[in-house]
Amino acid sequence: MPKINLAVYWTAACGGCDVAILDTEAKILEVGELANIVLWPLATDGKYADLEKLGPGEIDVCLFHGSIRLSEQEAMARLLREKSKVLIAFGACSSFGGIPGLANFHRREEIFRRAYQETPSTDNPNGVLPETQVRVAEGTLTLPEFYHQVYSLDQVVPVDYYLPGCPPPVHLIVAAIDAIASGQLPPKGSVIAGDKSVCHECPREKQEKKVRGFKRPHEVLVDPNRCLMEQGIVCNGPSTRSGCGARCTKVNMPCRGCFGPAPEVLDQGAKLVSSTASILDASDEATVAEMVSTMADPAGLFYRFSLPVSMLQKKRQGGKVS
Amino acid sequence: MTERIGVYVCHCGHNIAAVGDVEKVAQYAGTLDNVVIARDYKYMCSDPGQELIKNDIQQLGLTRVVVAACSPRMHEPTFKGALERANLNGYLLEMANIREQCSWVTDNTQNATEKAKSLVRGAVRRVYYHRPIEERVVSVNKATLVVGGGIAGIQAALQIAEAGHKVYLVEREASIGGQMAKFDKTFPTMDCAACILTPKMVAVSQSPNIELLTYAEVAQVDGYVGNFTVTVRQKPRYIVEDLCTGCGDCTTACVLKNRIPDAFDEGLSKRSAAYISFPQAIPLKAVIDEKECLLLTKGKCSKNCVEACSREAIDFSQKETVRRIEVGSIILATGFELFDARKAPQYGYGIYDDVYTGIEFERLTNASGPTQGKILTKRGEEPKSVAILHCIGSRDENYQKYCSRVCCMSSVKFAHLVKEKTDAEVFEFYIDMRTFGKQYEEFYTRVQEEGVNFIRGKGAEVAKVDGQLVVRAEDTLLGAYREIPVDMVVLNTALVPRHDAEKVAQIFGISRSEDGFFLESHIKLDPVTTSTDGVHIAGCCQSPKDIPDTVAQGSAAAAQSLAVIATGKVKISPISAWSDPAVCAGCRICLGLCPFKAIGFNEEKKVAEINQAVCKGCGSCAAGCPSNAIVVSHFSNQQLLAEIEGVLA
Repeated sequence: MPKINLAVYWTAACGGCDVAILDTEAKILEVGELANIVLWPLATDGKYADLEKLGPGEIDVCLFHGSIRLSEQEAMARLLREKSKVLIAFGACSSFGGIPGLANFHRREEIFRRAYQETPSTDNPNGVLPETQVRVAEGTLTLPEFYHQVYSLDQVVPVDYYLPGCPPPVHLIVAAIDAIASGQLPPKGSVIAGDKSVCHECPREKQEKKVRGFKRPHEVLVDPNRCLMEQGIVCNGPSTRSGCGARCTKVNMPCRGCFGPAPEVLDQGAKLVSSTASILDASDEATVAEMVSTMADPAGLFYRFSLPVSMLQKKRQGGKVS
Repeated sequence: MTERIGVYVCHCGHNIAAVGDVEKVAQYAGTLDNVVIARDYKYMCSDPGQELIKNDIQQLGLTRVVVAACSPRMHEPTFKGALERANLNGYLLEMANIREQCSWVTDNTQNATEKAKSLVRGAVRRVYYHRPIEERVVSVNKATLVVGGGIAGIQAALQIAEAGHKVYLVEREASIGGQMAKFDKTFPTMDCAACILTPKMVAVSQSPNIELLTYAEVAQVDGYVGNFTVTVRQKPRYIVEDLCTGCGDCTTACVLKNRIPDAFDEGLSKRSAAYISFPQAIPLKAVIDEKECLLLTKGKCSKNCVEACSREAIDFSQKETVRRIEVGSIILATGFELFDARKAPQYGYGIYDDVYTGIEFERLTNASGPTQGKILTKRGEEPKSVAILHCIGSRDENYQKYCSRVCCMSSVKFAHLVKEKTDAEVFEFYIDMRTFGKQYEEFYTRVQEEGVNFIRGKGAEVAKVDGQLVVRAEDTLLGAYREIPVDMVVLNTALVPRHDAEKVAQIFGISRSEDGFFLESHIKLDPVTTSTDGVHIAGCCQSPKDIPDTVAQGSAAAAQSLAVIATGKVKISPISAWSDPAVCAGCRICLGLCPFKAIGFNEEKKVAEINQAVCKGCGSCAAGCPSNAIVVSHFSNQQLLAEIEGVLA
């Protein structure tokens, strides 16, 4: 069997996804046998020009991790889309916007002001902010444009498969590699993960739920056998897609939601607000408000990985997406 | 597949058309996707209006219909019927409410018209995704449960029993009769309450179709209209009912004779631990008060009662029993309580002697009451002057805002009784005199002629000045402040919901209105049905009312239950929730959310399952379901999002 051409690329991401690929251990050798690595900034040297030389569809599979915030990232996404037969959104950032997507709770101007002017470690007496072009004696310097919001990969280019997770767990990466090797890929648009919510895989004992307030994991001695929500710990598992094997709840940590919305869920954060609110043991608004006040940063908590693909998408200005 | 949608915009006479531009709305609707015909018409709900829809369905092959008119609560059934007559499933209809939500909330034509267009656009997009659904029919258990053995419950039970059907009548107290059994005379005819009530009580005990469960309470209700399973807890009487003849020997023998305040006499007299509630009690059986009986509380007593009982009917080993009853419908007639006059200390109740509540006065004047019907002050003297205060706790921002409806008439009745039995001067303090019922005004006139002083002004305070009770009030007709010394004060207290009304509402799955009474389906047109099919309400548990109205509601509720029985089957709304086992992850969040207890958990498959027959389609579970496994038919995400997008487009 001829070797396939594989590209691995990252944009707005932490690099954890690259490490996850390396975490496949011996399987990585199979990748070597299976594929020519045409691009993988972490492991090999590659230039834009090398990529541009390839014909359309010459890359068989591209694993793309990271969300899109800069014009350069969008350009690379478009280029890789053109050159790849199969484009896989790899990890939470490219699938849903991920952690960088939380920046959508702030406008670009707010982010710049904070990052370049207000942080205690900033030394910027003239208050200079990044610009796409600046003229210096030697000529014109350019920077990619910083967009108004963070996008998921599929908000920029069509995506063939999604492999969610922060980072994707090894067993799903292995499953994806096997599927690629055997040519047994699922229907386009599939999410390579489970088809229920995390509760399905979570071994904790579940009962009817009624809570009178919320706790963070470090504030309680967690009962290892009982549903975390019943213990007042906010868990994103009920609205999050399964497939991870409940790796967080098995070690007494609540689900953070990195697999994105469960299959039938339209908006992960909104659904979590609705279902978490429904278990409050309160009959009047004042009590509800008091209970909710025990929860730290509900918006960030419930939309931790999926804000850009949610119905909210981003902070609004005057009721409009700015 | 594309749908062929017809849009019908109603003028509702001037109701809609006087503000909104209905022609423009219809014209606009005609431009929307999939709309093949859009019309406006003066009265869409009229026969010609419905005919228009029916003909269009048949001639133009419409597959979906939008009616832009009034609230669907008014006419959705009408237009569903029109669709069905044209062989189109009734659920392929969507209504846009352009009356209450557009023309009635503004006088600005442009705003009303624009909003109407938006609502129509939402309805058109939504109706595209409607699916035909069929109403479900279930068979009916012909037995009825009546809760509460006051006059409302008695009336309802007798009527159903007379029609030949089984009734279970559950009463919390040891005897039926309710509040009416305590009354002396009844306005406006002044016949004695017992004389007209006890024949009905006896009829209950003699009816072969009525099974009377006294000293019992409903603990749980499962199921749905036609098929309720009711759990009833019956407290032990410590008397074997079949043996007891009601002779009263145990009550005279009891060690605690004349030691325990008699609740039936509002604490104005004392009884034994073994007692019979009142002489005409049904069932006429003794009961031993387990909170007072020395043997049951302290474990030690000479047990004189056991010795006295020649029938050997006393059995201290009795325990609470639990019964399950199967019925098709339920009538709640749980009545009212009286406002606690201690909560309004300005009237001196519980502070000064000779300040009585209305119900205490009923006992005082009752021939079987603590004074054998004589109106006497605490010192045993006939009062020379009596004040009767209306609206204690009623029509008062500080207590109940509503009018208790019966107090004006009972106050007039009290005045008449005082005049009849004593030589006392009577002063009535009222805000407005409300004597609205049949022969009520005539009775009021008669009592006026008897020389009662009616003072238009709410009693503000009852005080004691130098050992003399005085009532202070503003006489609004004279425009003067008055202080009237009296020997006795009667406070006519408000009728309030029972203290456990919320718990009862939860058990039966019904709602309460703002005032705390049980909520009817429609305040005018559906006063005895509730939001739970098959659960009907009658009497003062719905709102304060007099005996004629209470009896009428008892009959009305019986008619509702008989209608359920007569059809032999009931239609259940097809709008219900369904949990997709392929999506449900078994988190169990939904289990505690269902107000109708329709959700169970399949331990084998580890998924939630919804009993379609019990589900009312309220959607609480769907909102709470974190994985969207639960879908409510006719309210799917697809339908709702299409509507929202349409409205906002």
